[in-house]
Parts: sequence; C-alpha cells; structure tokens
Amino acid sequence: MHFENYQTEDFFDEMFEAPGKVRPHYAKLAERFARLSDEEFDQKRQAVDLSFLRAGVTFTVYSDNQGTERIMPFDLIPRIIPASEWDYIERGLKQRMEALNLFLHDIYHDQKILKDGIIPPSYVLSSKDFRREMMGVDVPKNLYIHICGTDLIRDADGQYLVLEDNGRCPSGVSYVLENRAAMRRAFPNMFPRAGVRPVEHYAEDLLKMLKYISPTQEREPTVVVLTPGVYNSAYFEHCFLARQMGVEIVEGRDLVVRDSKVYMRTTKGLKQVDVIYRRINDDFLDPSVFNADSVLGVPGIYNAVRAGTIGLANAIGTGVADDKVMYYFVPRMIKYYLNQDPILPNVETYLPSEKEDYDYVIENMEKLVVKAANEAGGYGMLLGPWATKEEIETFRAAVKENPRNYIAQNPISLSRHPTYCNELGFEGRHIDFRPYIICGEKISITPGGLTRVALRKGSLVVNSSQGGGAKDSWVLYGEE
Amino acid sequence: MLSRVADSIYWMGRYIERAENIARLVEVNLQLLLDFQDVDDEKLKEHWDPLIRSTGDEEHFFESYDIANSDSVLEFLTFDRENPNSVISCVNAARENARMVRDQITQEMWETLNKLYLFLKSDGARRMYDKAIHDFYAEIKEHSHLFLGLAEATVSRTEGYDFLQVGTFLERADKTTRILDIKYHMLLPSVNDVGGAIDVAQWIAILRSASAYEAYHQIYVTDVIPAKIAELLIFSETFPRSIRYCVKELNDRLHDISGCPMANYSNEAERLCGRLLSELNYGSVEEVFSEGLHEYLDRIQERLNEIGGSTYKAYMFLPPVDMAGEIQVQQQQ
Repeated sequence: MHFENYQTEDFFDEMFEAPGKVRPHYAKLAERFARLSDEEFDQKRQAVDLSFLRAGVTFTVYSDNQGTERIMPFDLIPRIIPASEWDYIERGLKQRMEALNLFLHDIYHDQKILKDGIIPPSYVLSSKDFRREMMGVDVPKNLYIHICGTDLIRDADGQYLVLEDNGRCPSGVSYVLENRAAMRRAFPNMFPRAGVRPVEHYAEDLLKMLKYISPTQEREPTVVVLTPGVYNSAYFEHCFLARQMGVEIVEGRDLVVRDSKVYMRTTKGLKQVDVIYRRINDDFLDPSVFNADSVLGVPGIYNAVRAGTIGLANAIGTGVADDKVMYYFVPRMIKYYLNQDPILPNVETYLPSEKEDYDYVIENMEKLVVKAANEAGGYGMLLGPWATKEEIETFRAAVKENPRNYIAQNPISLSRHPTYCNELGFEGRHIDFRPYIICGEKISITPGGLTRVALRKGSLVVNSSQGGGAKDSWVLYGEE
Repeated sequence: MLSRVADSIYWMGRYIERAENIARLVEVNLQLLLDFQDVDDEKLKEHWDPLIRSTGDEEHFFESYDIANSDSVLEFLTFDRENPNSVISCVNAARENARMVRDQITQEMWETLNKLYLFLKSDGARRMYDKAIHDFYAEIKEHSHLFLGLAEATVSRTEGYDFLQVGTFLERADKTTRILDIKYHMLLPSVNDVGGAIDVAQWIAILRSASAYEAYHQIYVTDVIPAKIAELLIFSETFPRSIRYCVKELNDRLHDISGCPMANYSNEAERLCGRLLSELNYGSVEEVFSEGLHEYLDRIQERLNEIGGSTYKAYMFLPPVDMAGEIQVQQQQ
C-alpha cells in the first residue's frame, strides 16, 4: 500500500503537508501501511466489515418496510491528532461547555444575559426548543448538558472551528468504541508502539457522571437508559451503553410516575429510578406536557424533574443552546459568563434576521451555506456554490418568509484525509470530527472521537444517512 | 428485572429451542426416508403427514400447500416466513427478542444467534440446503447448542438466566411430547407389521430425533421396545430431554426466581408445575399406555401450556398503561 500518487490539491490534508511529504504524527502509520500488500489490506477490510455485521454494529435504514440493517462504512486509515492539538481542542471545548451550562441555567432562571442586552431576548424566547416549563426549575448540580458531541471541522489553514454544539441527544459514541476495537483486531501489533491514548473508559466516565447527578446519594442510585425502542436507528448504541455500564435499558412503557417519583416495572414489582439517561427528544419525553401523541414517553417525567426526584441527562430544554441562531451568540456567552475570549472559534455566521446581514444573505445566497436553525443530520441545508438555481430560489424564498429560522455561513473548505476509495486507491476525502464530552463533577473529553468522512468525491456531507463513513480517531500521548 | 425483559429472555429461549427441535424432527424423517423401498406419492404423504400433525400446524400447512411431500413440508418447516413456527421464523423471533435484551445476554451469545440469522438469510443457506441438506440442519443444531453452551458458560446465575431456562425447558418438554407423538400418527402397512422392521426403524428414528439413541441402549441393554422408549422419554430422571427432567428443571428455576422453598408454592405457575412434576415422579408407563399414549401426551401439552401462561401472568404481564388516564392525572399535579 503506498501513497506515491496521492494528491493534496488545494486542501488542508491531515496526513500530508505536500504530496509525498508525510506530517510527523503520521510517520509511523505511513511506515506500517507501506509494508502492507494490497491483498492484506483487502483482507483486513473485509474482516472488519464482517465483524461489524456479526456483532450487529448497525444502523437501520427504513427505505423499505423491512428496515434494512446496515453497517456504517469504515475506513481503515485512522485520523491522528497529536497531543498539542488535542490539548488545544480540550481547552476550547471545556470553555464552551462551561459557558453553555451557565447560559442554560441563566435563561431558565434570572435571564441576566437577556436583561444585560448581550443576546436579544426574542431570539431565545422564539426558539422552538426553549421550554417555558423549565423556568425556575432547579436541576441537580445546575447542569443541563451532561453529554455533548460537538462537531469540529478544520479549514484550509488547518484551523479547528466549531460547526455545531449537539447538546440534545448526540449519538455515535458507540462507533468510537467499536471502531477502536475493530482497529485493534485488524492491527494488533501496531497499537503498543503507536502511542495512542485509550478511549475505552468512556462508559465508566458516563456512569460516574450519571450517579453524580442522582438526587439521592444515601443509597446506590438506580440508573437506566431510556430508549425509544428496538426500531430506533440508534438502538444498538443504547444497548451498547447500557451493557457497558451494567444498567437497565428501559422503554417508556417500562416506567410509571407515582407521587412525582419515577418507577420501573419489574418482575418483583415497582422499583424507584434515580437517574435516566434518556435518548428520547424533549418532544416525546412526556406526553402530559409536550407532544401528547407520543407513545414513547412517560407521562409525569416532567413532574418528577420539577419535584427534584430524578436526575435527567440531558436536562429538558437544552435544545435552545443547539439552535443554530444561538450558536452565533456562543462567543458572546463565553465573554459574558467567563470573561474570556473563545479558544475555539466559530465559523463566520450571518443572521438573516438582523437587518445588515439580511441583505447580504439574500444577495449572496449562491456563495453561502444556509442552514435551518433547528434541523440536524445534514437536512434543511443549502450548499450555495454547489446548488441548482431552483434550490437557491427555494431557500431565498424560505429565508425571506422566516429569517429567524435560518443562518448563513461562508463555505469552509473542509480538511481532507487519505481514504480508501476502492479501485481509485487512496484519495483525499473531506472529514469532520465529533469528540464526546461528559460534564459531571468535572468536564472530561474522551481522547478520540468520531471522524466522519464524506465518501463521495468532492462531497462535504459526512452524515451516515447520506453516504458518509467513519474512521478511527487517534489522540497521541506525544507529538509523533 | 424488568417484566418486559423477562418476557423477551423467556421467548428467546423458547424460540431457539424450537428452531433446534424442528431441525431434529426434519433430519430424522429424512433419514427414515433412506430406508424406504419403492417410494411413491402415497408413501411420501404417509411419511410427511405425521410430522406436520405433530407440530400442530396442519391447518396452517394445508392453507398454503396442497400435498405433504418432501418439498412442501421441508419448505414449510424451514424457510416459510408465513409459518410462525418455521426454522427461519423462530430464529428471526429469537433474534428480535435478543435484540431487545442485548444488555442482558453476553456478546458471544448474541453473535452466535446473529450468525445463525445471517446464515439463514444468505444465499449460501439455500445452496447448502439444496446440495447437502443434512449439513444444513446440522448447522442449525450446532448453533443452538453453541448458544445453550454459552449460556451455561458465560451467564451469571441471576433472574435472567432463570427465565432463559424456563423458556428453554418448557419448550423442550413440549417438543419431546411431540416427537414421541409422531409415532402415533405414523401408519404401519398392516397390523402384522407391529414389531416388524419398519416399526423398529420408526422407533429408532424417534430415539434419534431426541438424541436418545445412546441413552436408551445404555439404560436398557435390550432391543427396541416401544414401552421402554416411552418410559425413557417421559419418565427418565437422568436423561436431559425427558419430560420429567425438563419439568424438574422448570420447577427448580421457577423456585429460584421467587425464592419460595421447594414443595411450597408462591404463585399459580409453581403450583401447576409442582403438581405436574409429582405426577411424573410417581407415574408409570403402564398408566400411560392404559390411558393411551396420544391422549396422555395431549394432556401433558395442555399442562405445559398452563404453566407457561401462569408464568407469564406472574412475572411478565404488563397491564397496558392507560396513556390518556396517566396524562390527565399528571396534568392535575
């Protein structure tokens, strides 16, 4: 396997400074791959795919009524981050998480940041994920976002930028662990010498945090994972985490609320639950308060939250911090609450609801990336430079109709990474990065994360639902 | 343990055991076929009919197929997704249940089940079935054995294990009654053939499908005698597929779950199971034959069904949540 014909073109390439010139932290890897024949590489690739399928590391695609289980395409070349870069990312993310949690506590209590005019109140109050029901409700340890998967990208200069904060129910962490396990099986000899930091303690950290937010500390808290059920596309992950933590995985119908306490229905009767790691969105969580049609949720969970008898991760109402318009204000939050400058910058963003930005966005739509404020998974997005005339016009009309619901950004030329592309051999493909953050007694970030790669040539969309794959992500102890 | 989880584990155990027993039944019938001379359509029908009748699915079968022959019966029992008791349906159901309780079973058990599922879905399964049908059924049995062995070797002896065993032994007891009952449905050419070569071949096939051939010869150093075979498969205290053995295991596990002392009962399932076990402990094969083997087995099957039903009521039945009522109550608080 070699990279002789590999071209970096005009992009920031993670592995090559220039064609033929490997960055120091990739040197050992390049050496190992150079000794690998095409056949060996192929064998390893197939072995890894088969092991994912057998272990059931799959997500479900509902293109037909059968619900096909697919594995996420996995690329064998890992993405590598040296210690100094990781240190920078870690500091930046911690700062951001601290500010976001302070922000959420503030807007559900005194709303000082609004009164002080740092953020126009209308933006917060008009967000469809702002939950009035949470006003004045205290949550354990004043923490709202306990589990976060922030999406980072790198621009043409290699600068890390925050693309979005996923503070609701970020998924994908099981892939981080399964991808690492697969890499260890495929390259057992490479790891001891490569100086890669382990990610395997994620579940332990998660459980520790969940116990920390238990309202009762007198007895060993009962922790559960709440899943929408076996037909959810991330069901594998819910089970995976429950199993790794050794806690029950429950569905809504397993829980009942009595006297503002949550119980699960067991073979021996009702048993009180202290902490719920929920993987159900606010809308579906409690049909007595939110979407009344939800059959996935548990009537009364909100009452238990208000009564302070249950720890809920993440808290109800964190979606307001996920709103893409709020993203625009995160640097101001950092300044306001922490009196610091943001360590990790945002992508430059325009708010069409502001007069001066509105004209620019409407006139330059074909140059911009436009996103709906509340969508996830790569949906509700316009990539101006690559879009058809009709698509641009549709978005222009939509933005004029409801400017509050959109943001616009300058397109970022995402960094690229050598990726195996079947008969084409290795080619550069665009990637992003999602590290996983746990906020409990302290903020810990698992050294690694999910590197998603857009497998189609030139594509910038890395979502697995739209043809994206994944790579193992290595954080090194040292610089090379 | 969550009631829903107990339910899934129980059914996972039942379905995998059911898939294995179908493979057993089919395989033995295939072997019997090799001993026949002058096979014609009529003979084939006599050969395959009992198999369908013993599974209790004959109505279902004749809805989809006109005639019972090798092709139709094997298809019905193996790949027919319309038949909820075909091998493929059982394996799918076992896997669906396993998926709901993946946190309760070990990685190895899940992978074994998933491998079997992926195998049955693959083109390779059809090819093997067409070319080497014995290997095909052996493959299914092997996976089931591996699964049970892994359960023995890797699962902690807590409630989950107990529910798995309850499902497994209940299903196994039921299937042993059906394997034995098959002989009732098999016709002999004439009364004179009782005790003749065909009769003996059929009884040996029964023994083989219950993996009891060796056990029989070890215990009764003698020829193949129907009463002894029935005695072994119903009353043996030591043979692990006999009805009595299965019911004893069932009784033990039910008491493990409740913590109720043996010889007492704390719920209907334990009462029924204890009563059936006594009957088996103190019963005799003479009584069975005087009642009629088929009638006796029918009655046991009913008893087993009652035990299954009352176990469900005692531990797994979730009264459905009245959503509208709950919502109203919560909104008033």
